[in-house]
Parts: sequence; C-alpha cells; structure tokens
Amino acid sequence: MLRGTAGHRLGMDNSLYKYVIRYSLRNQIWLMVLAGVSFPFLYLFYELPKNIVNGAIQGRAGPFPVEYFGVSLDQVTYLFILTGLFLLLVVINQMVKYYINVFQGITGERMLRRLRFQLYSHILRFPLPQFRKISPGELIAMLTGEVEPLGGFVGDSFAIPAFQGGTLLVILTFLFIQNPMMAAAAVALYPVQMYFIPRMQRRVNQLGKERVRLVRRLSERIGETVQSVQEIHANDTSAFEQAQFSSRLGAVFWVRFDIYNRKFMIKFLNNFIQQMGPFFFYAIGGYFVIKGSLDLGTLVAAVAAHKDLASPWKELLTFYQAQQDARIKYEQIISQFVVPGLMEEKMQQEAPDPLPHLAGKLAAANLTLANEDGINLVDSASFTLDLGRHTAVVGASGSGKEELGLLLARLLPATGGRLSVDGLDLRDQPEALIGRRIGFVGPGAALFAASLRENLTYGLKHRPLTDPGRDLESKQAHARELHEATSSGNSAGDLAADWIDYRLAGINGPAELNLAMLMALEVADMTEDVYQYGLRGTVDPGARPEVAERVLRARMALRERVRVPDLAGLVEFFDDTRYNTNATVAENLMFGTPVGGAFDLERLAASPYVTRVLDKIGLTQDLLVMGRQIAATMVELFADLPPDHEFFRQFSFISADSLPDFQALLAKYPQDRLGDLKPEERLALLSLPFKLIPTRHRLDLIDAPFQARILAARTVFASDLPVELKAAVEFFDVGRYNAAATLQDNILFGKIAYGQAEGSERIGRVLSEVIASESLRETIVNVGLDFQAGIGGSRLSGAQRQKLSIARNVLKRPDVLIISEGTAALDAGSQTRILERIRKNFAERGLIWVLHRVTLARDFDHILVMQGGHVVEQGNFEALKEPGTVFQQMLGTE
Amino acid sequence: MSLLQDVEVLRNIPLFAKMEPSKLKLLAFTAERLTFQPGQFLVKQGDAGDSAYVIVEGEADVQVDAPTGTITVAHIGRHAFVGEIAILCDVPRTASVRAATPLTAMRITKALFFELVNQFPSIAVEIMRELASRLSRTTQQLQQTLSQIESGKK
Repeated sequence: MLRGTAGHRLGMDNSLYKYVIRYSLRNQIWLMVLAGVSFPFLYLFYELPKNIVNGAIQGRAGPFPVEYFGVSLDQVTYLFILTGLFLLLVVINQMVKYYINVFQGITGERMLRRLRFQLYSHILRFPLPQFRKISPGELIAMLTGEVEPLGGFVGDSFAIPAFQGGTLLVILTFLFIQNPMMAAAAVALYPVQMYFIPRMQRRVNQLGKERVRLVRRLSERIGETVQSVQEIHANDTSAFEQAQFSSRLGAVFWVRFDIYNRKFMIKFLNNFIQQMGPFFFYAIGGYFVIKGSLDLGTLVAAVAAHKDLASPWKELLTFYQAQQDARIKYEQIISQFVVPGLMEEKMQQEAPDPLPHLAGKLAAANLTLANEDGINLVDSASFTLDLGRHTAVVGASGSGKEELGLLLARLLPATGGRLSVDGLDLRDQPEALIGRRIGFVGPGAALFAASLRENLTYGLKHRPLTDPGRDLESKQAHARELHEATSSGNSAGDLAADWIDYRLAGINGPAELNLAMLMALEVADMTEDVYQYGLRGTVDPGARPEVAERVLRARMALRERVRVPDLAGLVEFFDDTRYNTNATVAENLMFGTPVGGAFDLERLAASPYVTRVLDKIGLTQDLLVMGRQIAATMVELFADLPPDHEFFRQFSFISADSLPDFQALLAKYPQDRLGDLKPEERLALLSLPFKLIPTRHRLDLIDAPFQARILAARTVFASDLPVELKAAVEFFDVGRYNAAATLQDNILFGKIAYGQAEGSERIGRVLSEVIASESLRETIVNVGLDFQAGIGGSRLSGAQRQKLSIARNVLKRPDVLIISEGTAALDAGSQTRILERIRKNFAERGLIWVLHRVTLARDFDHILVMQGGHVVEQGNFEALKEPGTVFQQMLGTE
Repeated sequence: MSLLQDVEVLRNIPLFAKMEPSKLKLLAFTAERLTFQPGQFLVKQGDAGDSAYVIVEGEADVQVDAPTGTITVAHIGRHAFVGEIAILCDVPRTASVRAATPLTAMRITKALFFELVNQFPSIAVEIMRELASRLSRTTQQLQQTLSQIESGKK
C-alpha cells in the first residue's frame, strides 16, 4: 500500500482540539491543575480585604488584644499580620500566573515545532504531481507565517478557559456568598453577549478563511515572480505584473478592512453591553435606594464586583475569537497537506540491513502512467532489461520517454502495471532501497547551497553513521537539544555525525573518499572545472603546512621557468624594493592582501590609516593633483559617449553617473584651489590615482620619483601599522605562503604583464606545468571542491550543474543508473566523453539512458523506441536500423 | 610607451589622420597595446574574429593555408590595418597574420571599431578605399592566374 488518505493516520488530526489533545494532553492537564491550585488563593485574595477593613481597621475582630494560637495581638499588630498575609497572597498569585505563562509558552512552542516538522515531513512525502498543484510560495507561507499563531494558541487552548473561567467563577462565588441578588445582577447581561457575539463572529470566520486564501495566492504570486524574473525583464511586463499584484493586494485589503470593521463592531458591542451594567445599577439600583428598599453599601459593592468580573469575562471573549481564528487556520493548512497518494511514513523510515542489490532482469509489465486528466503518458509498456547491460531509450519529445525514466526510477508511482527486478516488486520497496540502489540524473540538476564537496557526497548521506565524538560539555548541550527535539516529535538525526555511507561508495572510510570523488569527477568530465575553482581558492597554511610548502616550491619553480627569453617579461614579480608597474597604486602602497574588511583595495583612499601614512610622506597633495588630472582626462575622453556605453564599464575610472559631478568639480576647483575641497569631493579625487596601473593606462603620471615615494609610503604603511590592524593585511613575502591570497596568486607571486600577446594563456600553461611538477594538481582540485555552489547551484554554469549531478551518482555506485536527458546542457565533446566513461564505469551494472539524440544510441546493448506512450520497437542498433522502422525514420531526420 | 606617444603614432596612420585629437586619445586609451614575438600570430585563419590590429612597429606576414601548404600572400609593416574583414562581416579569419620581427600592435575591439566608424564616416570611407584597392589587386591576380592556367592547358 502506497496510499494513505485519512489525516489521523498521518499524525495530523482534522480538528485542532483533537491534535492538541493527542500531543499535549499531559501538559494541558498540568496547566489546568495549576489553574485549579491557584483558585483557593484567589478566593482568599478577595476574602482577606474584607477582614482587614472590618476586623482590623474598624476593630470588629476585637476586643483587642485578641488571642491567636496562644499569642496575644493588639489591633495594629493584627492589621500588619493580615496585610502581610495579603502581600503573601499577591506574591503566590503572581508566581502561579508566571509559572503558568512560562509553561503555556513552552507547550505552545513545542507544538509549533512539532506541527512545522510534520508539515515539512509531509512535503517530503508528497507525490510528485502534487508539486504542480501547489506552489513553493504557498508552502512557505503556510509553514512559516500561517502556523506561527497556532503555537501561541495551543498554549492557551485549555489554560485560558480554565484559568479565566475559573477566576470568573471564583469571583462570582465570592459575590454570591456576599449577596446572591447582587451577583445575579452583575451577570444579568452575559446571556445577551453570548447570544450576539457568536453570530457576528461567524461572518468574521468566513472572512478569515478568505483572507488566508488570498494571502496564500499573494505568496504564490511572489514565488512565481522570483522564478520567472528573467521572463519579466525579457518581455517588459513589469507594469503588467505590478498591476496584477496590486489587484491582489486590493482584494486582501478589502477583506482585512471588512474583518477589522466587524471585529471592532463586536468590540463595540461588548464594551457597550459591559457599560450597560453600571447604567442599570445606577438607574434601577438608585431608584430602589431612594425608595428605601436597598441599602447603599450593597449597591456600591455590586458595581465594584461587576468591574472585577469584567477582566476575566473580556479575556474569555477574546479567547473565543482567537480560538475561532486558530481553528480556521489549522483546518485550512491541514487540508493542503493531507493529500491523496501521500507516501507512507514507513517507506522513508525502513532501511533493510543488509540492503539487497538490484541485479538480474528488470521487467515492466503493462507499465502505465496516467496524468490527472486520465491521459496515458506511458501506455502499457512491457519490456525486460538485463541489468548487467546498457539500454538506451529514444523517442521524440512527448513520446513518454522522460516519464518512463521517472517511472523506472520510481520517482513517479505507476498508475497501472508492474515494475519488478528479479521478481521483487519495486512498488513496495522502501526509499532506502530505491534511493541507494537506483541513481537518477534528470535534465534539471538540483544542487544545494553548500560546497561542491557536500553536493558531491549528497547521494551518500542517508543516516548518521558515527558518533561525532563530542567532549563532555557539548555532549550535555547536545543531550538537551535532543531531549527538546524528541519532546516535539522532531528528528533525532545528529548533524555533527558523519552521514557519509562509505560502504555504498565502495570504499572503506574517509581516507579513501578523496580518491573516489576525484574519480567520479573524472567520469563526469568535471576535473578541469573544479581545478579552475581550486586555483581561485585559498588554503590555511596552519592546517596544511605541506601544501603551503609545495606551493612555495611551485612559486620558485615558476620564477625559474619564466627566465627563458620566450617568457621573459610575462610576469612582473612582487619585489618589496621595487614598484610593480603592472599593479595599481593601491596594491603597490599596501603591498599585501587585505584580510577582513578593515582595508579594501577598491576604497583604500577612504581608510583613515592610509590618510595618515600619506600625510606623513607628504603625498596627499600630489595625489590630489594627480586625481584632478585623471578626472580631467576621463572627462575629456568619455564626455561625448552615451551614458550606457560599455566603455564606461570597461575603461573609465569614473562611472557615467558621476561624470557630471566630476565636470562640475573640475570647473569649481582649479589646480591651485584644491585646498578648498569638501571632504567627500576630496575623497572622490583622491580615490582616482589609487586605481592607476602604469602599463595599462599609460597616462604618464607615475614617474620614477613618484614610484620612489610610493615605495617610501609602503615602508611606512608596514612599519607604522597599529596592533589592531596587524591582522588586517597579509604582506607579500617571497619566502612565505600568503594565507589570504588564492592558490594561483600564491604561485604566481606577481602580476601578469599587460600588453603581451596571449600573456595569460602562456602563463596559464607554465602555471599548470609547475603545478604538475610539484604534484599539486590533486590538492588544487581538492581545494576546488570547497567552492560554494550558491543557492540552487547558481554560481555554477548549467553544464557544470549537470556534470556535478552525474558525478554525484557515479560516486554513489548505484546498481542501476538512469540518465534522463542529463547531458543536454553539455557541448558535444563533453557529452561523448561522459557517455564513454560512464559506460566503462558501469560495465556489468545497469545503465538506462534516455537520449535526446538517436545517434548516441549506437553503442548501447539494447534500445527501446518510444512513440505516443508506447514502446513500439526494441532491439539493438543493427536490428533496428532496418528500413521501415520508426527508429530508422528518427535516425534519418537527425 | 605613453598614451600621448600612441596618439602620435595613430595620427600618422592615414586611416585615422582626420580624427579629432580627443577621439584619437580615446582610441589610444581603449585600444590594447600588445607586443608579439617573431612567429606569434596576430590572427589565425579560421578563428572567430573579435578585433582588428594597427601595427605600430615591426613587420608581419599575411599567410593563407592552401592544400599545398602555407602561402605568404603579403608582407605588411608599420601603420598597416589588418583583421577588419572578420569583424566587419562576422566570418572566420580569412588569413593568418604572423609577426616576422618583434612587433607592437594596437588591438581594436569590435565595439571600439564600430564606435569609431559610426562617429567618423571618414574612417569608413578610408576602409572602403583600402578594401576596394585590395579587391582590385586580388582580381588582377586572379586574372593573371586564370590566364596562366589557360595557357598551360594549351
């Protein structure tokens, strides 16, 4: 059975109160007990003042001194003892209230955590087609915002009615004992409220439902906008989108406005009826007092009692409204999450040990997949595949081949027919078997916002496998976390543990993982990509001194290598006694790599420390003059260009936006009046020379004397550096590894010279030679694996994402690998290489490849030809090539 | 070499002679100045072209790959403008240009080139003149070759 339907079987009840009772009954009972405990004290709290006034102050408890438990007390002592008791009651009442509040809070928070976790787990068990009906935006809105108030309500759900209701009863009892008539008068109008308010509330409830629905559609809309933002820009439809959004906001506005109106109407009615009490007391009670049938004291006491009742009564009414609100929210959320076809929980929890292998024959019998409209996308497909051999699936788009790939990977449950491996029906197998023994690479490779390494080992992370080896302190902290997680029915999986299933990858432990990853990258033709990322990565020399040492050797080897006349002048090395003409003034001045944010090479002029250094050398004035000259040149060169011209971005020191500002600045301050510059203008001018590279810009501004002064400034910058800035810069030192710089910069230790034809290509070749000679390549690929893929792998190209997805599946070593158009984003060369390597890697294992080009099927052992949802032909390439076959036709049109 | 010297060099090239000094300066500033060792290619036949070159100093051979081997079809030197065909009509490089001596050239990108042509029609006329004269030279050579083949047949 794959299907579960009823909500309660999934741990989520249809009614909020059932859910609350199921998961927090003990807590709720405890809360009610606490409320009950507080009532006697509360009663005394009302009772005691009467004794104080009558007994102690008016002396009716006398004659004084009175004797209590053998102690004789005079009137004043008696008063202080009673007021002391009163104080004690205040403290007890408030402490009970405090404790109840905290306990309510924790109960609510745990239930919120539990609900969110259950909803999230449900998402993980949704049948895939469900994601076409519900947008990420709606799901996010439900899991984050909508459930939030439910947590608060769960804490209140029993405690508030018990506590406030009890309080009301206590006060009433007190009143009743004092004067039954008066008590009855105080609550005389409650039935009116109890009649009207639920009626008005009902309409508010409906509107509340409407509001939830509308806000969900709003989030759906936002999600859609984010996803299709490229399309919006490409079609200039932002105005249209804004109008749509605005109209939805309008709908939300009116509903909210209506709700407020009605809520305030209810509030008005409540308050009005509440105030009617005193009106009747004064009018009718007053009449009886005048007529002499009621004494004044009783009337005043009745008014006071009515006032005391107001607060718990009001709390109860508010609670009633909140409860209605919570009920609607809960029901609306649950209805979205209890969907037909939800995977059973045990399918994800069971993990057979040992895990059987999928081998032998994969048999599909009348395998059928119908969509929601009842159309068969895959129609009675029957075939038998040998899992020791390789199968290609070909067909036109819309032939059902992609769906067949998804069916074979059991990502879609078949709506009819049977899929089995050596008699084992795949339909009933837990995800542990399917997800570990079958690999699937689809056209859209999903990556996570983590390093390439984590993305690569993602397919091996099924269960926590080792004890993370915590020290005592963190063990206790973890135990606390774990206790809290299990109290809310959350996952007990320890993220600090090693989750990587080395056995699945066919290796013995962490030591062999690197090699396995490198091989997987090689199969997926991705080594070079990762190597390039590695060159731009950094290494901590403290943690890996041997790498730093080899990088330094490579640095020396490169210096040796570029001495030959052919390469001479291609790199200008960093030399602390010389000005580097291929580097900016800023780089020459700082002569190091910034660490952290204290120095920024792009904004060095803004650093107060740099200003001090420049003043000390006496360079500031000259730099200002130079800045003015650069500004003048830029204005002269670029003034006539349209502001969006790409030259601004490529060449100008000044952006198109600020060009007019600089024009004005030049006109306002001739060279001899630069002393009058305002601070921000001064900074703007001062920033310009810092970007200057003599060999690139050829502006003739940086002559030998100026270079000498920058060198002097460089010395001062290093020697005067205050202690707190010492860690903010890592200085260039030919004998030392620079922890802040990339591996490439560390090996190069200089600047690639401008103006040399193919300079960077030639240096790139020398670089990879010295890297190979120091056997650093593997290390660099390893550093590259630390590259962060970005949200959804956005920092990688489409091709790289597909390659990584393939490498992930190669590393997992599944018994059957299904690739469904998983190489469509790759260039032809890469595609062929990967095809060959995967076929070699998966020799003797199952490989099913849904191809988008028929010719690629040539070398496969078996080919399935799909058309209109049917498998119309099957066999090997030679057999299918016969004239008149569908396959032959497809081959012909390619 | 400084920017002002580059401007002087450009001013002496007939193609750019009529440009205003400020535009000449922009050209010199945005054009990359590259040095080539003897034997290095400025452009390679068959590659996609994204830039043209003005030779500032040195000499180069224009070569064409033929079935019989590489044929040098011209020898160019200072102030020559090469590589413009590929950026004018988006075809792969029609010939290779290879430095014969140590050579300095200014690389003019496609964007920069069209910027110049748009702003200074005189450059377009100059280029047209150059292309036309090359065409007439080629036609002449073709005629000669054809008549040689004809006479060889007889």
